[in-house]
Amino acid sequence: METLLEPLSYAFFQKGLIVASLSGALLGLIGVYIVLRGMSYIGHGLSHSIFGGFAAMQLFAAQFYAIGAGLWGIASALAITTVTKRSRVGADAAIGVITIASFALGVALFAKFGTSGPSFENALFGSILGISTGQIVGLVAVSILTTAFITLRYRALLFSTFDPDVAAVSGVNVGRIEAALMVVLSLAILATLTVIGVTLVAAMLVIPAVIARMLTDSFGRMLAYSTLIGTLCGLVGMYASYYADVPSGTMIVLVGAALFIVVLASTGGRGLRRSAGLDSHSEVLVAGKAI
Amino acid sequence: MTGTGVGPELIRLDRVNASYDHHLVLEDVSFHVHEDQFTGIVGPSGAGKTTLLRLLLQTLAPVAGTVWRAPDLRVAYVPQLETVSWNFPITVFECVLMSRKSGRLRPWASASEKASVSAVLDRLGIGNLGERHIRELSGGQQQRMFLARALLRQPQVLLLDEPTSGVDISTRHDILHLLADLHEDGVAIVLTTHDLNGMATHLPHLVCVNHRIVGDGTPSEVMTPEVLERTFGARMDVLEHLGVRLVVDEAPTPFTPGGKI
Repeated sequence: METLLEPLSYAFFQKGLIVASLSGALLGLIGVYIVLRGMSYIGHGLSHSIFGGFAAMQLFAAQFYAIGAGLWGIASALAITTVTKRSRVGADAAIGVITIASFALGVALFAKFGTSGPSFENALFGSILGISTGQIVGLVAVSILTTAFITLRYRALLFSTFDPDVAAVSGVNVGRIEAALMVVLSLAILATLTVIGVTLVAAMLVIPAVIARMLTDSFGRMLAYSTLIGTLCGLVGMYASYYADVPSGTMIVLVGAALFIVVLASTGGRGLRRSAGLDSHSEVLVAGKAI
Repeated sequence: MTGTGVGPELIRLDRVNASYDHHLVLEDVSFHVHEDQFTGIVGPSGAGKTTLLRLLLQTLAPVAGTVWRAPDLRVAYVPQLETVSWNFPITVFECVLMSRKSGRLRPWASASEKASVSAVLDRLGIGNLGERHIRELSGGQQQRMFLARALLRQPQVLLLDEPTSGVDISTRHDILHLLADLHEDGVAIVLTTHDLNGMATHLPHLVCVNHRIVGDGTPSEVMTPEVLERTFGARMDVLEHLGVRLVVDEAPTPFTPGGKI
């Protein structure tokens, strides 16, 4: 018990624990839609893209870096959607070009001009040191916004994720739902970036959702399980980070990976069958557009 | 069954062209859906059957011609089973409920919504399967589930894409009778099928498609060797058995092992 309580005597750890748990929950919640829509690569790409905005805004208006990076991320997300829909370029190629170019720009700016905010390493791998009250408020605000969006648009989100063609026929504005999801995803990545890190955010979007899928066949339960698993990874990962003295993001992701192995071993073939082909859903939908 | 459609008009395609990536799939197609219609769209693979459905659904805009729909028309769609992601984590109850607009602040179903879903599942004979995952159903049960999802919207027009594809003979009969009952209840039905003997011949009205409409009428009017050749590009014989038309390949050459076909 003393092992659990001792780090709590430090204010930075208390803040870190709150932010890591909330980050895990937020990414676990939204990760369900990302995984089921076959958008895992978009999560990966967007986190790198936002890093570019993060670095650019440090250069031009450091005090507004969060807003700037958020807008940069949203612009990247919408650009990917537009390029994919209006050209022959596939989503994976569009993500590769737009987001990784943005990441390269961020690295170049960091290398040339340095930074007045979070360090390069902290931005990449996450850190619990120096978490400001503003960052906590931002994360809480994004979490409330995401929860409200998913709660109020639950059926429209589910319908457009499972069967976008029929959803469109049934009165769901699929395009608007997709755009809103991309905006929420961008904000969630931005809000969790400092704790989890650019390179590791994508893993936390995927791991809790995949573990949850192995545990249940119900969409509603998958949402709940994924959120709880994300929270658990954040909590345990923070303690592990404190005692191992390594960046928080790495330990949060490693705890998730360990949990994945435990659940895989305990559910066996049933878990594998459930999680098989999760990201092939979008291909099935495209293939469904028969003549 | 009646079904050639003489009631009020609900959807009208007027001299429509449709294309994908500048490749013309349908040309100069005029098609009407009336309140009491029960129509099968038949044609070979790639002839434009699904494209015609997409025009009726308005998920595809024509490159020429006009599409008109009655104001506030309720249309429901049952997709091909082959296009569904069967590994998606969703139960039968969740799948059916998703078509109901909630208008509520809470995402879970209200008592009246639960009752509505149960009622429609019971009506389709799958009332005891609500908590099952969709993959655990048989082909016929899966088709019934999507019908239930469509019916929950209380549609005036029901569009189905190959509803008997991949199901056994008994299930095909069940689905045909179910659709006939819905039609009797006042739902206009338009479906695509490539199953001439198992499905098309039992429908009251057929439209034959091969990039344009090449036949339109009752089975006895359009299931003729001439229309079928224009539709499928192959000669076929038409027999009559107990008042039902049956299509067979014309004089098929028997296969002899080791010999030429």
